[in-house]
Amino acid sequence: MKHIKTLNTKSLQSTVKKGGCGECQTSCCTVGNQVCEQEKKN
Amino acid sequence: MVHLFKNNGYNIALDVCSSAVHVVDDVVYDVLEVLNDLPGLCSAAAGTAGADHPASAEASCTSGCAENAGKCSAAEAPDCAESTGKCSAAEAPDCAESTGKCSAVEAPDCAENAGDCGTLADSCGSGSIVQGVQTRLDSEAVVSQVQAVLNGKYAGEEIRTACEECEELRAAGMLYTEDAYRPAIEEFAQRQTVVKALCIHIAHDCNLACRYCFAEEGEYHGRRAMMSAEVGKQALDFLVANSGNRRNLEVDFFGGEPTLNWPVVKELVEYGRSIEEAHNKNFRFTLTTNGVLLNDEIMEFCNREMGNVVLSIDGRPETNNRMRPFRGGQSSYGLIVPKFQKFAELRHQNNYYVRGTFTHYNLDFAADVLHLADLGFKQISVEPVVAPPEMDYAIREEDLPVIMEQYDILAQEIIRREKEGRGFNFFHFMIDLEGGPCVYKRLSGCGSGTEYLAVTPWGDLYPCHQFVGIDEFCMGNVTEGVKREDLVLKFKHCNVYAKPECASCFSRFFCSGGCAANAHHFTGDINGNYEIGCAMQKKRVECALMIKAALADG
Repeated sequence: MKHIKTLNTKSLQSTVKKGGCGECQTSCCTVGNQVCEQEKKN
Repeated sequence: MVHLFKNNGYNIALDVCSSAVHVVDDVVYDVLEVLNDLPGLCSAAAGTAGADHPASAEASCTSGCAENAGKCSAAEAPDCAESTGKCSAAEAPDCAESTGKCSAVEAPDCAENAGDCGTLADSCGSGSIVQGVQTRLDSEAVVSQVQAVLNGKYAGEEIRTACEECEELRAAGMLYTEDAYRPAIEEFAQRQTVVKALCIHIAHDCNLACRYCFAEEGEYHGRRAMMSAEVGKQALDFLVANSGNRRNLEVDFFGGEPTLNWPVVKELVEYGRSIEEAHNKNFRFTLTTNGVLLNDEIMEFCNREMGNVVLSIDGRPETNNRMRPFRGGQSSYGLIVPKFQKFAELRHQNNYYVRGTFTHYNLDFAADVLHLADLGFKQISVEPVVAPPEMDYAIREEDLPVIMEQYDILAQEIIRREKEGRGFNFFHFMIDLEGGPCVYKRLSGCGSGTEYLAVTPWGDLYPCHQFVGIDEFCMGNVTEGVKREDLVLKFKHCNVYAKPECASCFSRFFCSGGCAANAHHFTGDINGNYEIGCAMQKKRVECALMIKAALADG
């Protein structure tokens, strides 16, 4: 693209179906920097 | 919803509901501003969608009518769906009248051009031309309208190309993404939760007299007390029994000052390790300390057993000593700094934070952060004090411009040092754009009151450490368990959709609706909003995204 540079490819929409396992830690890490336990396993 | 901002020479567009972050040039920035702000374009845009893309227009109308069932009459909504998205000329003004959002003058225009009440209600009502509408952003009508608004600022072809790129992103789900998560989050809130973490108040006493301490020298509005090993073991048993099949459990030793009750800390860690295998659990212990009693034995134990340690220091000597004196008024800086430096090195500059608080007295807090970095610390958090407005050190609304400027200064310095190979982590600027948690976690809050509980020295349970001592939030105790299921339910449903101010906030996927305790202290409602905190949070998100843009720039 000439005008736009996108910094990230992961989308929140993609986490609706595969998310929600509840395995993640509590937060206060901040949620913006939290690790997804599922992704860590994979 | 697309949030646009400029920072440090970067134009950034955050597609809020996909969390896609775009660095854009001036042309696209101005185009997006037009798309965001000019409801006058809605009739042409929607009309074009109907003419050029009947399938899209139909989808928009059908869902629009369904969503606006409360706005259009019951008789009108089926008509819209049955007639593939067309309201009659007679019905359209009725739709407009019932929404009360389009003016009498606008309504006939919208109806005439768009021919559908869904688009009418969504587009005109929200004041956005593209939010939730399947309009192509590169259609002739949109491009010409944008060109008209920008009035010769850019060449026509530049605007057309910009609109085409915006449309490409929109079609890919990375621009003007709708917030369609509410049903999933509300269903998620119904789930059976388990306790994942405990904050163990091992000591309600302290050897410092920090002026801003919400625990009031460790006493938490009550009496000085030390947790016994017996109560501590009951707390760990409670956690094991209420954690379901979850294996990883967190236990934070907190105070007051935990090292004042150090033998019990060690005994509880030993007890925890002794029951791990039998229950298939793995404890992650952590500790928060002011450093006064820190010695080689404590450091060695922590480095072996503690997954993380938080070391409390506010920054420059004068900053730290003003707010964190000993009870006799003596300064603490000189005693704790060498210990903290040694501790951080022993932990290989990982799995710790030096954690400070800035107040009205050091609004130039960027200097405190950089002072800590210059002392060699790589993991740093300096956070705004949360205090009643009548306190002399409280952050006030009139302080915000200076604070915003300080965050900018800090962000630019972090970029500079990172590029020079001497970077450090600043807790509130840490955002993971490629990883990070799922949308359920992002919108459901921190887990206080459901997955995370605080335990007092005598075994009472509270939603988190900041509620300790407030009788109405006592949830039960470690021997009898949680008795206040009404509170559990209340905290379960404390998410961004329960907070009206969060619904339109661009940072909601990064802050989860803020801190329930702060909301309670400032508004009397855990679903309220601490507005000064929100303003700072938004600024920090913008700075964090700008840092990502700058570091991606090479």
